[in-house]
Amino acid sequence: MTSAIAVDGLEVIFDRFRALKGVSLDVQPGESFGLVGESGSGKSTLLRAIAGLAPVASGSITVNGKTLGARRDKAFYREVQMVFQDPYGSLHPRQTVDRLLQEPLAIHGFADGEKRIQRALDEVGLGNGFRFRYSHQLSGGQRQRVAIARALILEPSILLLDEPTSALDASVQAEVLNLLEEVRRRRKLTFLMVSHDLAIITHMCERLMVMQSGEAVENLAAADLVERRVTKDYTRNLLRASDGFVRTA
Amino acid sequence: MSVETIQSRRDWLLSERPASRMQARLGRAYVAWRRFSANRLAFLGLLIIIALLVVAALADVLAPYSPTFGDLKNARLLAPSAEHWFGTDDLGRDILSRILYGSRWTLYVVILVAIIAAPIGLLVGTVAGYAGGWTDAILMRITDIFLAFPKLILALAFVAALGPGIENAVLAIAITSWPPYARIARAETLTVRNSDYIKAVQLMGASPFRIVLRHIMPLCISSLIIRVTLDMAGIILTAAGLGFLGLGAQPPLPEWGTMIASGRRFVLDQWWVAGAPGFAILIVSLGFNLLGDGLRDALDPRSGDQ
Amino acid sequence: MSGDPNQQRSKSALLDVEDLRVTFPTRTGLIEAVRGVSFSLGRERLGIVGESGSGKSQTGRAIMGLTPPQARISADKLAFDGIDLLSVSPRERRSLRGKRIAMILQDPKYSLDPVMSIGRQIVETLRTHEKVGKAEARDRALAMLEAVQIRDPARVFDLHPHEVSGGMGQRAMIAMMLIAGPEMMIADEPTSALDVTVQLDVLGILDRLVGERGMGLIFISHDLRLVSSFCDRVIVMYAGKVVEQLKASELGRAQHPYTRGLLNCMPKIGADRHPLPVLDRKPEWAA
Repeated sequence: MTSAIAVDGLEVIFDRFRALKGVSLDVQPGESFGLVGESGSGKSTLLRAIAGLAPVASGSITVNGKTLGARRDKAFYREVQMVFQDPYGSLHPRQTVDRLLQEPLAIHGFADGEKRIQRALDEVGLGNGFRFRYSHQLSGGQRQRVAIARALILEPSILLLDEPTSALDASVQAEVLNLLEEVRRRRKLTFLMVSHDLAIITHMCERLMVMQSGEAVENLAAADLVERRVTKDYTRNLLRASDGFVRTA
Repeated sequence: MSVETIQSRRDWLLSERPASRMQARLGRAYVAWRRFSANRLAFLGLLIIIALLVVAALADVLAPYSPTFGDLKNARLLAPSAEHWFGTDDLGRDILSRILYGSRWTLYVVILVAIIAAPIGLLVGTVAGYAGGWTDAILMRITDIFLAFPKLILALAFVAALGPGIENAVLAIAITSWPPYARIARAETLTVRNSDYIKAVQLMGASPFRIVLRHIMPLCISSLIIRVTLDMAGIILTAAGLGFLGLGAQPPLPEWGTMIASGRRFVLDQWWVAGAPGFAILIVSLGFNLLGDGLRDALDPRSGDQ
Repeated sequence: MSGDPNQQRSKSALLDVEDLRVTFPTRTGLIEAVRGVSFSLGRERLGIVGESGSGKSQTGRAIMGLTPPQARISADKLAFDGIDLLSVSPRERRSLRGKRIAMILQDPKYSLDPVMSIGRQIVETLRTHEKVGKAEARDRALAMLEAVQIRDPARVFDLHPHEVSGGMGQRAMIAMMLIAGPEMMIADEPTSALDVTVQLDVLGILDRLVGERGMGLIFISHDLRLVSSFCDRVIVMYAGKVVEQLKASELGRAQHPYTRGLLNCMPKIGADRHPLPVLDRKPEWAA
């Protein structure tokens, strides 16, 4: 079976700073794969490199059996879409929800735009009342739902999720995570999800990779992490930190 | 209209849940309008500009005399009176009539300069800002060359090359006024270029052309409108300056700058000949400046909760 | 240090807040960010938890006197160590701030002066509140940097805020806030911008210093679990009101549906719940 995403020896260099130092990754179709690490670990860079938003110095990225060049073609964006971390920064401030959702349809020449927009809004639980609002008239959770609708409207098979809930309140986070799980089940999507929160990754993903300063620390199944069957100290530290503060008397 | 219908219309405009594209757009415009009209000085500016438009449109009706033919025998250099409100000039022409007709030329200059210079500046600035690299370097160095000369001197050089006349004056002013717009558009572009919402459009497979045209330009337009409005006064003064130096509008065209130029010989004894058009320039410039300030408060997306 | 902590510890409540209200005028009318909050703080660690818009930060700011000028504050009582904070002059208020009450904000990058070295900022803070010589001030600043577990205090002393990491910056911030020996500290999301492992280091430092000095601490955060593991007592806020006050150790026995919902909706390692329970917001909670 061809992998949904296969990354091999990927290096990303920003002005002499090596953000990724030869990372490899393999995600099966329909799988949900997590990337965990602290700031500067390169987890978001890896995601952006796959999306074509980071300068790849060497290594290869293969999506659904097709090895990607420096430039992505339109067909790629029909397969891979992304949801960004900051719901306040990822929606154009001067466009209504309607306009935001129309743009991808116009670019790819879909004729049945009206129906698709309706359906996309229904799918993320927003309905028609939100269609002609500007982003400043929406809450953080609603914005993230719009961003998810925008990512889904081209019917991709792979969704890249860059900390999609870290800017949201806990109760809203739960709603958005549930929504993501639901659309994944319904559309049989492949997820590649970045988070600093181990609990979210174990909740959402089957397998995960722990990263630190641009390198992979270890690959684990979510079940291993739950059972605390980890081999590296760094992962153990992360696990301990996620338990909260422990007073050493 | 009853109070209730006004109230319900306002609610419709301010609705948090617009039901159509039109309502969303109108609602947004209404919020901007409310913010604008709350500013009294800006409102005064708007009134001045509207008055200018009305006067220009109705100059034929409003002007009591011909702007180009005077009574050379009886009416030379008359002081302001009931018959000639602003007096007459050395050729016996009624100055009020000339100023009323002159408003047309002022508008002509201002509008033409705006529709030539602003789009050029917007295009150069957004393309340079979004493309970066060599494109940016080349476009901005060209812009710098234009910015390195004082505006009036550069316009003078262009008019000298193109020949005097109001069309050439407009062209010269337009050529010299786009560089600041390019600078502004580029600065705006640089601030939004790396934002997630532009990245998101890139991820949809949009072409750079589409991104610049449909996603970046709309963000630059409001600051550009503000800047152009504030520049209007300067444009009028440059046009008047060229007219004054004999390189803009040619006599007997009733252009305000040219009128001041021809009135300067009598400025001590018959002050109204140069004073009246000078005052007209002052009022219109003030109007544009006040309007520009008000627009800045109303349109700036960073201010308030827009 | 100023004042003998043992002598002050004898008094019961450090801070008394009764019916605190903060109102913001907006174009569409008044918005009440804080609507009648009452609590008292002894020499303990008190957590204030809530989601965005719950008024938790505005509560902290009102106590510090950092509410934006257009807002209106009213309270039946807002007293620090018997001093009525609402009636003192701005001057006295300023001298209380820093000297006896300190505040740590989320991002040290915004609260440290970018053009002054970290050491100088600490020295300046100390010298505005106490009459000490330059050499002594420097020694005490270095000691303070050591106390927040900065390994090479002499080097960090001369660095500027942009030259240090987020965790280091936050430690420097804590050092600066504690140098004048305050009796009460308000920490508003002090570790939210930090990585989880660094977060625990900083909390450990804060915990030790607060304990050693017998300070009162108000810890404002959105993270209910973190707060409950760190504080003695927790206040849960919703829509500008306190919905529940309880001991951190008894969080599992929380009564209010909001507190319970908040605890429940977070994914936990090892708890296999699909879908996650979501919060069903009831209008009467905000009433």
